[in-house]
Amino acid sequence: MQRFDVVIVGAGIVGSAVARECALTGWRVAVIEGATPGGGATGAGMGHLVVMDDSPAQLALTAYSRSLWQQQSPGLPKSVEYECCGTIWVAADDEEMADVHSRQRIYDNAGVPAQVLTAAELAQQEPNLRTGLAGGLLVPGDGVVYPPAAAGFYLAQAQAQGAVVFLARAASAAHGEVVLSDGTRLIADRIVLAVGAECDLLPSLPIQKRKGHLVITERYPGFLRHQLVELGYLKSAHKVTDDSVAFNIQPRQTGQLLLGSSRQYGNEDREIDADLLRQMIERAKEYMPGLERLSVLRAWTGFRAATADKLPLIGPATGLSDDPSLWLAAGFEGLGITNAPGAARLLMDAMLGRESAIDAEPYLPVRMLEPARLSHA
Amino acid sequence: MPEYVSVSINGVPNRVAPGTTVAAALLLAAQPNRISVTGQPRSPLCGMGICFECCAVVNGVPHRRTCQILCEPNMTVETDPMEFGK
Amino acid sequence: MTRAEVLVIGAGPAGIAAATAAATNGSEVIVLDDNLAPGGQIWRESIAPASDGGPRQRALDALRRSGAQVLPGRSVFSAEASGVVQTLEETTSRVEEFRFDKLILATGARERFLPFPGWTLPGVLGAGGLQALVRGGYSVAGKRIVVAGTGPLLLAVAAHLAADRATIATVLEQASLQQLTPFVLSLLRDPAKLMQGASYRRKLWRTPYRTGCWVVEAVAAGNGHSLTAARITDGSTTWTEPCDLLAFGYHLVPNTQIAELLGCTLRGSFVEVDASQRTSLANVFCAGEPTGIAGLEAALVQGEIAGLVCAGRPATALHKRAAAARALGLRMEKAFALRNELRSLPHADTLVCRCEDVPFGDLEFRTGWTDAKLQTRCGMGPCQGRVCGPAVEHLLGWRPVSVRQPLSPVPLEALCMHGETTEVIHRDQGSI
Repeated sequence: MQRFDVVIVGAGIVGSAVARECALTGWRVAVIEGATPGGGATGAGMGHLVVMDDSPAQLALTAYSRSLWQQQSPGLPKSVEYECCGTIWVAADDEEMADVHSRQRIYDNAGVPAQVLTAAELAQQEPNLRTGLAGGLLVPGDGVVYPPAAAGFYLAQAQAQGAVVFLARAASAAHGEVVLSDGTRLIADRIVLAVGAECDLLPSLPIQKRKGHLVITERYPGFLRHQLVELGYLKSAHKVTDDSVAFNIQPRQTGQLLLGSSRQYGNEDREIDADLLRQMIERAKEYMPGLERLSVLRAWTGFRAATADKLPLIGPATGLSDDPSLWLAAGFEGLGITNAPGAARLLMDAMLGRESAIDAEPYLPVRMLEPARLSHA
Repeated sequence: MPEYVSVSINGVPNRVAPGTTVAAALLLAAQPNRISVTGQPRSPLCGMGICFECCAVVNGVPHRRTCQILCEPNMTVETDPMEFGK
Repeated sequence: MTRAEVLVIGAGPAGIAAATAAATNGSEVIVLDDNLAPGGQIWRESIAPASDGGPRQRALDALRRSGAQVLPGRSVFSAEASGVVQTLEETTSRVEEFRFDKLILATGARERFLPFPGWTLPGVLGAGGLQALVRGGYSVAGKRIVVAGTGPLLLAVAAHLAADRATIATVLEQASLQQLTPFVLSLLRDPAKLMQGASYRRKLWRTPYRTGCWVVEAVAAGNGHSLTAARITDGSTTWTEPCDLLAFGYHLVPNTQIAELLGCTLRGSFVEVDASQRTSLANVFCAGEPTGIAGLEAALVQGEIAGLVCAGRPATALHKRAAAARALGLRMEKAFALRNELRSLPHADTLVCRCEDVPFGDLEFRTGWTDAKLQTRCGMGPCQGRVCGPAVEHLLGWRPVSVRQPLSPVPLEALCMHGETTEVIHRDQGSI
C-alpha cells in the first residue's frame, strides 16, 4: 500500500499536464497508465493549438490554455515540435465570409489577434488552395505540437519532481483508494480521472466516443504553411448525431501533412470506415485539389471523448458521484491538446481552493445535473 | 533496342544501358539520391523496394523508389541538393 | 475490378511454382508482383542475360505455358479476407482491385539489417541489395568489396559480384565454424549443393572467407560522406579493411505483412500453415519464406503444393520433399543464429530508424515498440518498420505491433477507391 497526495488515472496529455501541475506544487503524485503513455486520443489526434469560439466558455478556455502553451514554448524540447504556424479558417462563399467578419470581432473582444483575409490574400498565404474561395480568418497565435512528445515532456517534468508512474490498469478508483490490476493499492486524498473516452471507472461519466479519421502524407515542405480549417468544421463539431466530415489540414514540422477530419457517434469500431474516409478526402480535395497526388503513409482512427454540451468536465466529480475524493479532467472532444495546460491549472486551482484566471464554473461537472445547461450551446 | 538511354541527373545528361534502373544510374554517377531528415546523404540499401532509401524526384514527382523504375529516354531525375565540398 | 479463381501474390520461385501448378491444372490464375519483372530476389531479372538457361529459365517458361496471367509492377497495399486485394501500379499510379476465391501468398523475405556505426553511409548496402542493383545495371567492376553478415546469401552474392569483376576483399560470416559445421556437413550429402559449393569456390578462390568475424564500423572518407574502409573483429582482434563497398546482411526475415493484415495466425515470426500450405484462413495459402526461411527448394515445392491444392489436386506426393526442405531450413536457422555481440554494435548515436533518423540512444530506455514509436517516430516513416523493425526486435526484444493499410505509400486518391472502376491519376509534372 502506498500513499500519495493525488493519484491521477491516465497519462495522456491531460493526465500528464495535471501530474505536472500537482508535482510542481510539491505534492506526492502517482500517475496510472494501463496502456502506453500518450497512446490514446493524445497519440491519435492532430496536435492543434487553436482558439475555438463555438461558445463563450470554449473561447475563454482555449484562449487561456493557448496562452499557457505560448508561455511554455521556449522551454519545450525539440521533440515536441512546437510551431506557431497559425490557423486560417477558410470561407468558401459570401455567407461564410460574413461569419469571418463577425468572428474577427469576437476574437478581437477576447483579446485574441485575428485578421480578415480577402480572397487574394488567402491565395497568397496558401497557394495550394483552389481559386474561387471567398477569404478567411487568420489567427496567427495558433500553433501545432507533436502530442505524444508533449505528454511525455509533461510526464517527465512530473517525474523529475518525484511523481511515480505505474504502468498498470486501474481496476477501481474510489473513496481515496486506487487498486491496480496487479493488486497494488494506492491511497490518496484526491483521485483525478483523466481517462479519455474509457469510462469503466465511473459509469456515470456522461462521455461518448466520437470516432475520427486521420491521414498522414510523405514530406512536402512548403505545400502548406498554416493549419487550415473550413468554417463548416464547427457545423460538423456541433452535430450530436450523424456522421460528418469537415476539411482540416495541418503542416507538421517534418513537412508531412496531417489531414482530417471526421466525426461519428455510436461507433466503437477501431477499423477504418472506407466510405467515410473517402468522403473526408473528397471534402479535402474541394479545398486543395493538389492533395490527390500526394503520397499517403498511414491512415488511422481515434476516439475523442465528447460531452453533450461540448465543454469538458474540470473539477470535483460532485453531481456525477458522491465520492468526495474524485476529481475529473475529462471530455475534451477535439480540444484535448489545446486545453490540457489550462484544464490542469483550473483543476489545481479547484483542488487548492484558489481563484482561477478565468471563470471555472462552465466546466464544473455538477452542471451535468441541470438539464437547462445542457441545451445552452 | 537503342544502344543507350539518356537520362538527366540534376540537369546533367547520363547515358546508361537499356534495362538500367534509376537507382543503378545514380550509383553509376556516384550521386547519393536523397538527403535524410537530419541532413545525411543516402544511397540505396535493400535494392528491392522496401527501404525507401533510394527515393528521388523522377519526372517532377518526389518520393519515387528509383530501384523500381527503369531509365527511360528524356527522364529527369533530381536528388536532394547538397554540397559535398569537392 | 478483376476476378481470379486463384490469386498469387509474389512472382518469386514460390509464386511461380504455385501459379504454374494451379494454372496447369485448370485454375484461372493471376499473379501479382511488385517488381519490374517476375523472379523475386533470387531469380531477379538481370540486365546481363542469364548464361545458365537453368532452373530459372525452365520455371519461367513453364509459367508462360501454364496460362497464368502475370502482372508485374503491382504493389498490394490493401487486402481483405473476404476476397479483395487492391494494388498500386508504381509507374502509372493506377489503382486496381482484384477479387479472389483462393489466395496464395508467396511474398518472400527481405534482408535483416542490424545497425552498426557508419551503416548509413553511401557505399554500405545490403548484400542482396547490391546484387539486385548490379542486376539492375550497376557495375562493380574494379571495386573492392567487403561482404559481411550471416547466411548462405553472402557467398552467392560474393560470387555474383566477383563475376562482375569486383575484387572481393573478404567474406565475413559471424557464425563460428563450430556452429556452421553440422549444416555444412548436411550440405555435403547433397550432390547439387556440393556442385554449387564448388562453383563458389572457383569464383572466389582468392577470397578469404572468415568465420566468427563481423563488421563493427563502416569508416567514412575525409568528407564524411562516403565509405573508405570497414573495421572488422573476430571478438579479440580488430583490424581495418579498406574497401569501396560494404555489402552486408544478417540472413532473412519473412514478409508477412499481407498475411498479418488478413488476420492469418503467425507462429513466432512466420505464417502458420498446414501440410497443404493452408493458413488459419480457409481460402488463404502461404508458400515459401514467409512460412520459414528455408531457401529455393522449399519455396518451389511449397509453391507447387499450394498451387495443386488450390486447383483441387492432391499434393501428398510432394510432402516428403517439403519436409526435407523444411528440415534444411531449420538447420540453417541453427547454423546462422546471431551472436550476442551483435546487440552491442550500435553506439548511442548510431541510427536505428533510417526513415526518421532515430538513434539507438533515443530508443534504449523506452518501454516497448508502441512507446518507442510514439515518442521517437521510429517506424513511422515510409518503410513502415520493415528495416528498423527487425533491428529493434534484435536489439531490444520488442516485436513491432499491428500492420495497417495502406501497406505501402499510395496517392491519397487511392484511399478513395473501393469497388469503383479504376482511374488514372496523373502523377507527372506537379506544382508540389
